[in-house]
Amino acid sequence: MALIEAKSISKVYTMGDIEVNALKGVSLSIAKGEFVSVMGASGSGKSTFMNILGCLDKPTGGKYLLEDVDVSGMGRDELADIRNRKIGFVFQGFNLLPRTTALENVELPMFYKGVPAKERMGRAMEALKKVGLEKREMHYPNQLSGGQQQRVAIARALVNEAPIILADEPTGNLDTKTSVEIMELFVELNNTAGITIILVTHEPDIAEFSKRTIKFLDGRVISDEMTASRRARANG
Amino acid sequence: MVNLPFTAALAFRTLRVNKMRSLLTMLGIIIGVGAVIAMLAVGTGATQQITAQISSMGSNLLIILPGSTTSGGLRMGAGTQPTLTTFDSDAIEEDAPAVAAAAPVLSGSAQVIYGNQNWSTVVSGTTPSMLYVRDWQLAEGRPFSDADVKNATKVCLMGQTVVDNLFGGEDPLGKTVQIKGVPFQVIGVLAVKGQSVMGQDQDDTIYVPVTTAQRKLFGTAFPGMVRVIMIKARSTADLNAAQDQINALLRQRHHIMPGQDDDFTVRNLTQMMQAAEQSTKIMTLLLGAIASVSLLVGGIGIMNIMLVSVTERTREIGIRMAIGAKTWDIRIQFIAEALIMSLIGGIIGIALGVAGSSAISKIAGWPAVVSPFSALLAFGFSGAVGIFFGFYPAYKASLLDPIDALRYE
Repeated sequence: MALIEAKSISKVYTMGDIEVNALKGVSLSIAKGEFVSVMGASGSGKSTFMNILGCLDKPTGGKYLLEDVDVSGMGRDELADIRNRKIGFVFQGFNLLPRTTALENVELPMFYKGVPAKERMGRAMEALKKVGLEKREMHYPNQLSGGQQQRVAIARALVNEAPIILADEPTGNLDTKTSVEIMELFVELNNTAGITIILVTHEPDIAEFSKRTIKFLDGRVISDEMTASRRARANG
Repeated sequence: MVNLPFTAALAFRTLRVNKMRSLLTMLGIIIGVGAVIAMLAVGTGATQQITAQISSMGSNLLIILPGSTTSGGLRMGAGTQPTLTTFDSDAIEEDAPAVAAAAPVLSGSAQVIYGNQNWSTVVSGTTPSMLYVRDWQLAEGRPFSDADVKNATKVCLMGQTVVDNLFGGEDPLGKTVQIKGVPFQVIGVLAVKGQSVMGQDQDDTIYVPVTTAQRKLFGTAFPGMVRVIMIKARSTADLNAAQDQINALLRQRHHIMPGQDDDFTVRNLTQMMQAAEQSTKIMTLLLGAIASVSLLVGGIGIMNIMLVSVTERTREIGIRMAIGAKTWDIRIQFIAEALIMSLIGGIIGIALGVAGSSAISKIAGWPAVVSPFSALLAFGFSGAVGIFFGFYPAYKASLLDPIDALRYE
């Protein structure tokens, strides 16, 4: 049973008179516990695909099954609920709420889920501990380094125990050393907690941390294979 | 489902971050609510004053004025030709069923002297019915009786203003004063009534038996002549009946043929006063309505700022949506901010309005009464303004596309 099942998904944007085919029938499935990186040049359709996987956007054609539930026909609030419970987002620009403490940022998904205040606090502290930020819960985003901010974002993605983390170029704003630390955190979460991670990147070095690499070009998947380093390791 | 403490805390924090802006936005509501409170207070004060004056005048009052003279074809207006008598008064009291009491009045200005003090006041000759007609109590002493009227005794009831001017701290009861050189014994002091609707000091008066006034003070052109007759009807509903009965009775008593004009005029004082009260109430409403306009403008200010705020925080809205905020989560967040601003503005506005109206009453000398109702009304109204004008920005925010919102710089 696949966690994510995309069946010939297409997406057409209409801009005035011009129709843009951003996705031209993409079919793939991702099983629970996978660590997938999605690569491709800008305009290849990878962002559109990620938006659809993240239930931020709806496909114009095809079907998207998330844990065997067809989400392609769902309304705004239903999708918001799916995002809240099943998907944790990690963005390139961190996207933490400004003037809001790390703790409160991590509490936010639970707030929208309706978790009682006391429980929220405990679980948020726990999630911050998992990403190694237990001493920084009262810091504001502007008092944290880029790497620390991204850890807060990861804690926020973890806190509702979502089975999937969607990370859109999570190391794009970070230096190499911090990038490696963040990627190691993802690897650990993938290995120990069995969280399915889907990572968008255009850096081959970063993609190396994943187990499977999917490449997009012109709205189609052009390759879907085991990540190069692992392939090499498996062969050698 | 909605988490009120959290939502409120969130809204408070957002407002605190933009202190100056929040304050300026609130200023519209503050001024609006303050203006509504102050205007209603001034209006309510005026209405209450008039109501007090009306009740001080006595309830269900009619006044009968004598007719007009006609001299060389010129008609001179009501009251110029004395035609009324104490006998008319007695007849009305006895024969008009809708009339509870009738009191004749023969009044005039007179100099009153006590010891080395003197004072000019209005001296009215009347009957014991007067105190009942005017709902007037005695502060001390006793009223004069029918026997006093019958015997034309030289006794008087004195208003507080006259007492103050003639006696200072001395007890006036039993003392003798000179009115137009005639000695009168003070047997009672009238309770304080304050200003009349027309602004006259009602306590600047002296009552004496009508017969004494006729014989010793003012004289009469014909037997029993009085200037006016004051009537108390049995009830408000009886006022019109009383008027009709008096008309019929006086026309008969004055031998007026059908088709001839009356030689007297009956006026409904209570109705006149109620009209005055009504117009004050309308003025209050009008002032309140004008002040509400500024509250409305304050509301538009809130909407304006909230729209700016939504645009500024597009990215934040995107983040919230991405991690699971539903349509109403977003709406309630923005409505809560607008509501909190308007309610805080409302509270400050009420304080300002209360301070403002007491300042107005001190400086301008107008009575201003802040009723709890008007405070509650203004507070509720400011809340409604907050929700109403907060809704559109909130609605706009909730319709943002999460992808576009996340990408917004």
